[in-house]
Amino acid sequence: MDFNQSTEDNLFDHARVIGKPHARIDGLLKVTGRAPYAYERHDVAANQLVGYPVCATIARGKITHMDASAARAAPGVAAVITTLELEPLARADSNVAHLFGGATVEHYHQAIAVVVADTLEQARGAASLIEVRYEEAKGVFDLEDAWTRLQSTGEPVANVGDVDAAFAAAPVTLDETYRTASQSHAMMEPHASIVDWSDGGQMTVWTSNQMIQWTRQALATTFDIDAGRIRLESPYVGGGFGGKLWLRADAVLAAFGSRETGRPVKVALPRPMIFNNATHRSGTIQRLRIAAGSDGKITAFEHAAVSHTLLGGSGEDAVNQTRCFYAGENRRVAHHPIDMGLPESADMRAPGEASGLAVLEIAMDEMAEKLGMDPVAFRILNDTQVNPEEPSKPFTERHFVECLRKGADNFGWAERNLKPGGRREGQWLIGHGMAGAYRGAPTMTSGARVRLQNGRLIVETDMTDIGTGSYTILTQTAAETMGMEMQDVEVRLGNSAYPTSSGSGGQFGATSATAGVYAACVALQQQIAKRLNVDEARFEKGRVVAGQTDMALADIADGEEIVAEDSINFGDFKDELEIGTFGAHFVEVAVNAYTGETRVRRMLAVCDAGRILNPITARSQVIGGMTMGVGAALTEGMSVDTERGFFVNHDLAGYEVAVHADIPEQEVIFLDTTDAASSPLKAKGVGELGICGVAAAIGNAIYNATGIRIREYPMTLDRMIDQLPSTER
Amino acid sequence: MNSSNNVERHPKTVNPDSSTFSLTVNRERHTLTLDNRTTLLDALREQLKLTGTKKGCDHGQCGACTVSVNGERINACLSLAVMHEGDDISTIEGAAEVGHLDPMQQAFVDHDAFQCGYCTPGQICSAKAVLEEIQAGLPSHVTKDLNAPIEISDAEIRERMSGNLCRCGAYANILKAINQVAEVRS
Repeated sequence: MDFNQSTEDNLFDHARVIGKPHARIDGLLKVTGRAPYAYERHDVAANQLVGYPVCATIARGKITHMDASAARAAPGVAAVITTLELEPLARADSNVAHLFGGATVEHYHQAIAVVVADTLEQARGAASLIEVRYEEAKGVFDLEDAWTRLQSTGEPVANVGDVDAAFAAAPVTLDETYRTASQSHAMMEPHASIVDWSDGGQMTVWTSNQMIQWTRQALATTFDIDAGRIRLESPYVGGGFGGKLWLRADAVLAAFGSRETGRPVKVALPRPMIFNNATHRSGTIQRLRIAAGSDGKITAFEHAAVSHTLLGGSGEDAVNQTRCFYAGENRRVAHHPIDMGLPESADMRAPGEASGLAVLEIAMDEMAEKLGMDPVAFRILNDTQVNPEEPSKPFTERHFVECLRKGADNFGWAERNLKPGGRREGQWLIGHGMAGAYRGAPTMTSGARVRLQNGRLIVETDMTDIGTGSYTILTQTAAETMGMEMQDVEVRLGNSAYPTSSGSGGQFGATSATAGVYAACVALQQQIAKRLNVDEARFEKGRVVAGQTDMALADIADGEEIVAEDSINFGDFKDELEIGTFGAHFVEVAVNAYTGETRVRRMLAVCDAGRILNPITARSQVIGGMTMGVGAALTEGMSVDTERGFFVNHDLAGYEVAVHADIPEQEVIFLDTTDAASSPLKAKGVGELGICGVAAAIGNAIYNATGIRIREYPMTLDRMIDQLPSTER
Repeated sequence: MNSSNNVERHPKTVNPDSSTFSLTVNRERHTLTLDNRTTLLDALREQLKLTGTKKGCDHGQCGACTVSVNGERINACLSLAVMHEGDDISTIEGAAEVGHLDPMQQAFVDHDAFQCGYCTPGQICSAKAVLEEIQAGLPSHVTKDLNAPIEISDAEIRERMSGNLCRCGAYANILKAINQVAEVRS
């Protein structure tokens, strides 16, 4: 099915199932512990062995010597494969560093060996017996140095109008530098795979991955085999957030182990290896300048940022949203991804925007204060309905102003204290802050197959459910389209034997995959109509109605299965449009007047993301983003050892994600909007919108509470304890 | 450890590398001979194939492996299996009666108190224990009056649940689920 123009009024505008609050259909499996995650698939292959990885303990250099003889002789050990025995593996486009093979060490905790044994205990014990000697090379690990060297150089990605003249002429300007920390996805399920490549022929991979086809292709490239020989299953994923978009070392090591031993091998990355072995969100240093007239209208933006990446990667593009979130005729925007020797940086939830809005939305707060304006009113004044770089390009549906207004009303924004540091309750300084949120609404080609069997519909697509609710919304989509009840639809996901979907990432999954299932259902309807020899048929209440025909779906094929398959292909008409999602976050914090400890007391998000396919799962996505935003604001940051080139706090004790005690009451309001240019369902994603701007809203609330403007994340108490207002009363 | 059980608990045989011992899991008795280095978590997941209990960190930092041992919740990854001779262990697989979810499981479904589901068994095991701990008068960091009966409050629940990480960020919904069970009980 081609989607080449905005959709007209359709069945989803009169929905019976879509848009309704249906409980997550995989809930029963998850609360009983029966949902099968990758590492625990005892059922799929007999005689599994366990692999344990060994990782490099230098950031850069060469391995000069490895002695695995003691490990090979250890009890239960079936195989030891060291990186020196192999040439560097071919690198799939999605990977920056080699996952295994060769003597070169490209980053700390790069995999250098795998020990395969009967049990985990044996494999882990033997792994500790491997001796490694290195020749360490000098590396560059300090982002501050890079920033000093590179700011004001390079080619901007956008350079519109005359920025310098605008700043020179502006009565009110801001020029500040901000820092965001490197962050880890820290999904609860580690990277894990079971691989059966026993005979070196067909490779079967049970893994935890967001993108089935990307990863299958990456395996084919890595091992130089035909993708047709590889089958991948990932029906349940214990969180991803971008960390499981790619092939990683777990699957590669398990594959080598399996081929070497002739048995299925499973490998999970031990938690302390994940932070440096796998990918992360790069830290950034960002300089933001804003110019405005005394009327509050922004005349110019300049935003430059640096982030780190291994050679060939793209870093964290923190400047992108600044190109079109707010009005303003002049803007210059530059991103410097710096080649550094730190582990591989890549996408994490709202890549770019999460770091960029964390800064832009503080700068907007600072600017509003300079102008003596309410930060909500300042944003409303500078709203734009077109891309300010290309004014001929309109936003299709942009209800940012409504988000701001509704949020302010519901939050009680008007009642807040206006004087920073001016409201105190006992030992707590109380503050309120807000921020805008913006994230694109991309879509990708997505396919599905549907099988009608005796009145039951089976939906097959390689789409994944990483906690996002795919099982539920795809069931809703199929039930809606086919006029069936949800209990008569079974959705099967995450298997490379099924048609290729968008996969889960970039906030494109829900929009694309539901449209793909819709396309497949329409193809099925056409087949049924043809079979009944009618031009047009209605599908309702489990029946097909056409002219004189009124028949139960169970009866149309005499027990035979009817199969249909199709993909949704999104046309390039979207290139002429700006399709985005918008939001406004409001938070209340209490900052301890003596210690600087920040407690978030309540949070509100108002979201404009087109049709909300299921308000329960969509709300969970948004509060999840808000929760990750609390971590980003207050606790999360991977500390770099700038001498040795690695992230020091590489486990869940040292890297502090938000816990129950950190999270207050959270409210989410969805605007009742649709976006006909987005997809046949007029929906857009929310999973990344939820984190956008949250950290800045908290930072702005801290400022309102204390009068201390922190421009570096995470906003830990040591960054403000020496500036706290006098605690004498 | 639970001191009410005065039975001496020693594994039947202890070798340098492995031991034979018995424990009860979800009302079923098992005798195991395992590598002494095997954690209770790996004994459950790898030997008994009870994979509902999850491994998120293997270092006692995430709570995904929370199980009940003799009525008290522990991180199964921080405990060697061989230490559990004679112990009575219950996991998520033992929470539901045949055909009926435990009220806490049902409350998690009702409030969408999970997303990816990986931390969920640990959250549920912890949540059940939290209500029992409050009822038993065990104080927490946020308990104000150590002499009075402890009231179930959002602050008490949040504090006591803070050893169970949920990266999907379902905390607000988990709190609602636990409150639902607490309200029905009271």
